[in-house]
Amino acid sequence: MSPALVQTLRAPPLAWVAAGLALTGLVLSPLVSLAYEALQGSGELWPHLLEYVLPQAILQTAGLLAGVGLAVTLIGTGTAWLVAAYDFPGRRLIEVGLLLPMAVPTYIVAFAYLDLLHPLGPVQSTLRETLGLASPRDLPFPELRSLPGCILLLGFVLYPYVYLPTRALFLMQAANLLEAARTLGHGPRAVFARVALPMARPAVALGASLALMEALNDIGAAEFLGVRTLTVQVYATWINRSDLPGAAQIALVMLVVVIGLVAAERWARRGRGFAGTAQRPRSLTRTRLKGSRAAAAFLLGATPVALGFLIPAGYLAHAAAARIARAGIPETLPREILSTVLYAGAATLIAGAIGFLVAASPRLIARRAGAALIRVASLGYALPGTILAIGLLGPLAMADSALAAASTAMFGAAPALIGLGTGGALVTAYLVRFLAVAIGTCEAGLSRVPASLPDAARMLGRGPVATLGQVQLPLTWPALVSGALLVFVDCVKELPATLLLRPLNVETLATHLYGEAVRGTYEDGAVAALLIVIVGLIPVAILLRLGSRGQQALR
Amino acid sequence: MLGSVARIAVACGGLFAAGAVQAAEVNLYTTREPGLIRPLLGAYTAKTGVKVNTVFVEKGLAERVAAEGERANADVLMTVDIGNLIEIVDRGLAQPVKSPALEAAVPASLRDPDGRWFSLSTRARVAYTDAKDYADLKALSYEDLADPKWKGKICLRPGQHPYNTALIAHYLVKHGPEKTEAWLRGVKANLAKKPAGGDRDVARDILAETCEIGLGNSYYVGLMRSGRGGPEQVKWAEAIRVVLPTFENGGTHVNVSGAAVAKNAPNRDEAVKLLEFLVSDEAQGIYAQTGYEYPVKRGAPVDPLLVELGTLKIDDTPVAEIARNRKAASLLVDKVGFDN
Repeated sequence: MSPALVQTLRAPPLAWVAAGLALTGLVLSPLVSLAYEALQGSGELWPHLLEYVLPQAILQTAGLLAGVGLAVTLIGTGTAWLVAAYDFPGRRLIEVGLLLPMAVPTYIVAFAYLDLLHPLGPVQSTLRETLGLASPRDLPFPELRSLPGCILLLGFVLYPYVYLPTRALFLMQAANLLEAARTLGHGPRAVFARVALPMARPAVALGASLALMEALNDIGAAEFLGVRTLTVQVYATWINRSDLPGAAQIALVMLVVVIGLVAAERWARRGRGFAGTAQRPRSLTRTRLKGSRAAAAFLLGATPVALGFLIPAGYLAHAAAARIARAGIPETLPREILSTVLYAGAATLIAGAIGFLVAASPRLIARRAGAALIRVASLGYALPGTILAIGLLGPLAMADSALAAASTAMFGAAPALIGLGTGGALVTAYLVRFLAVAIGTCEAGLSRVPASLPDAARMLGRGPVATLGQVQLPLTWPALVSGALLVFVDCVKELPATLLLRPLNVETLATHLYGEAVRGTYEDGAVAALLIVIVGLIPVAILLRLGSRGQQALR
Repeated sequence: MLGSVARIAVACGGLFAAGAVQAAEVNLYTTREPGLIRPLLGAYTAKTGVKVNTVFVEKGLAERVAAEGERANADVLMTVDIGNLIEIVDRGLAQPVKSPALEAAVPASLRDPDGRWFSLSTRARVAYTDAKDYADLKALSYEDLADPKWKGKICLRPGQHPYNTALIAHYLVKHGPEKTEAWLRGVKANLAKKPAGGDRDVARDILAETCEIGLGNSYYVGLMRSGRGGPEQVKWAEAIRVVLPTFENGGTHVNVSGAAVAKNAPNRDEAVKLLEFLVSDEAQGIYAQTGYEYPVKRGAPVDPLLVELGTLKIDDTPVAEIARNRKAASLLVDKVGFDN
């Protein structure tokens, strides 16, 4: 038993327990509030839902998840292997480009493609001209507003969730084993199928489960594309069928299913910890491709970049340029950028710090309790944004009442609403919703720190906190930063909770865009949409720099 | 001392602090996109010096106001749909207002007898038809849309959208559940494609020859023609000709935008003044001229484009009764699988 482990068996300090419980309370509060709401319902709508709504919604949801799961796994793993194992002209560009679709919210991509592929849009118009057809009726064209359309669209936008961790795994961990397989006489295909793929399973599973969670909770793209998933039906039950308790009931049942799926994912990963060694990992030597094979590799890698990023972003840039030429840059934009960055930034800093501590808690405090904390603290990611926001209204209002009572007792006057009336509500919602992202990346980073390093520090007399700060934190720093950046991008893109919880007179880029979409002045929204994409690109760029520097530092 | 420390601490919140509530301000929570009412609010501020703070909460406005409770920031609650407005009243989030100006301007069928809600503008659910093929179509009934002669020719946004559920709720009031269900099935059978998109997409799809007829709100026609949505939308609007449909033995279905004064409004007097402004001749003119809506106030000037659509004969079913059937309409949409 290593000395670090001996420490974990001792009772954790009281302060840690209190902090852990406070966090658990925060994350669980919207769920408790939703459960309370669900219990208010008579359930009288259920026969109706079971007969007319849920069967179709379950089928559509299952189809969507199966399709998106398959698509992101194929695209994400395939491209990760392509750039990790082969060298071809333009590989560096493709390697970077493959991350870009992360910067574009799914609802923006859906909107762009609906416009581009409309019978009056450029694609069909050009096709008709080429074929000499007069009427759009003469050109049979597959309908994007369909389940297959939605699967393809989400697949090409969400695959980076798989690409990112899988590529990292191929690059950082796999070299020794892969090269051993090569020296034993396996060709590249056999190496991929028999060594790389089984080894990448944890990374693929993690990435695919994040992508599936995004697909499940997506409301914008699904609604635009007419795919009526369970999440869409949760909203419809609340808004159209005027039954918030019924909506809360469906949402909670969904949550149980999601928790089951996450547990299954963890089970699938069981015993698959590929612990790193303290030796420097080596990069894989890439197979050099030439001629037509190199061109094919480039095309394979470029396709997801084009479909997931270049085409929708190009469309946005075009529309934004038209708007700016016509009416200039919207005056409100600087303030909206400021609010967006401020709220997302605050949430990111807090989520990064808490995420690291939670991820480290099994090592720092107590193994089982820490592992449980990780799971509970990640729950918010499994809820759709608006449902989470609705669940937070009650707890925030209670916090406000408590604050008012305390303030009245101390100062004789109650302040304005602090929980609900301010950006605090927004930051809380972002934190609860996206903490899972920070925890997940930190956990992955920590698991790569060889146990021998903290053990050595502990033997040299460092306490657990000092070991964490002096050994694990510096080694996990790249993972922590990349996790925080993902949280930032997610916050910038977040729409439903922002719409419900933001204070008076505050608009973010996402709410501005939504307002324009509601008004039908789409072209005006393009500027904000493009800015969301650009803001989303900044972290991707930092992520890449950090990634390459991290690799160099390790060399 | 401690009090001022607390005040400074709150002030230091900067962007995090709520819109500071002072005299001569009024806080507006709205499900209507603020850009649409900005000309109105701008005119009000220019005239009175009162600042209007807004937040656009599309879904969950009632839940948010309910959670804010007694110390809520909300003064005026504004919605784009009668259903949402009645819901706010039914949940006890509005307070009665007694105002001769409001009562004089808003017809009794378009406001609450107790003054808990007032309509501010109305729009008709009209037919967009292919301008090439239907230049001579003079009259149309909502009932007629279920006739098989329209097979494969109708485009609609989803049945679950409030604009359509309100129409279906109106149909329920007129004809009862069985006839309404049969009608919905008939309309569904006539659709050219799965219900999707928004009202403007109906015009666009007519231009693309996907369909020949559909339903949309009256004001979109003006908004599209005005070019405010970009030059593309002007072409969509040019492709359609508007017909004002009616119920057989009745008039045209209208929905309203409206407002209520919040129960715990911190600036109650300012809230009432804002509502009174919104039904004044000046504001009703702005509604008609920049938003292409029908004013609620009789005799307020109407945009020429609205005149061009024809004489609107509003059906006499009270809007509140339509709102009460909204949920039943939504369930009926599920039952016939209208959006599938």
